[in-house]
Amino acid sequence: MKILAFGIAREIIGSAMIEIQLAENATVTDLKFLLMNQYPRLNQLNSLLIAVNMEYAQPHQILQDCDEIALIPPVSGG
Amino acid sequence: MIDIQLLHTPLQTESCIAHVEDAEAGGIAVFIGTVRRKTQQKTVVRLEFEGYEPMAIAEMRKIAAKTVEKYGVIRFSMHHRVGILYPSEVAVVIAVSTAHRAASFEACRYAIDTLKETVPIWKKEVFEDGSVWVAAHP
Repeated sequence: MKILAFGIAREIIGSAMIEIQLAENATVTDLKFLLMNQYPRLNQLNSLLIAVNMEYAQPHQILQDCDEIALIPPVSGG
Repeated sequence: MIDIQLLHTPLQTESCIAHVEDAEAGGIAVFIGTVRRKTQQKTVVRLEFEGYEPMAIAEMRKIAAKTVEKYGVIRFSMHHRVGILYPSEVAVVIAVSTAHRAASFEACRYAIDTLKETVPIWKKEVFEDGSVWVAAHP
């Protein structure tokens, strides 16, 4: 499953896009748990949201292989 | 009626204002967000903005729809810039027209406050001696 990363999340991961293997029926929370283990500096952020198909996702939402998934660290536009 | 743009080039404030002009309107309010030279006593050399562009546009559209509904906005324009910006450059322009002035001020404020909370755009402040992603850490 492809994951897009932006801002400080991109810097922590070291790439704008990574490939992750997730179990079937894995949720947004499962993905965050896996990423925070793999990249501990993500834990230090004020927040880390997941967008699925360009919408903010709920923690229990199930991820599909065909989804566009993105890591959204604290936003700071304007 | 709604004009949303995410641009890699300098913003044209006049074009946002022109978009919201309307004979039904009694007022136009404009918010222009600019790059401040000092932040917490440190001198900013430049800001580096990046966006998750298709989602940023989608979230800006949601704000536009909500602002129109909530404040009876007649016409709405919101342009945000990404890329490298230097002090005094314009990062965001919001223009709204409404029948009466009070609603135009409130609508403009609601739109910029919501943009700062929900639109996936990030800025990195670059100082002479380092850099920081704004709002990333406690």
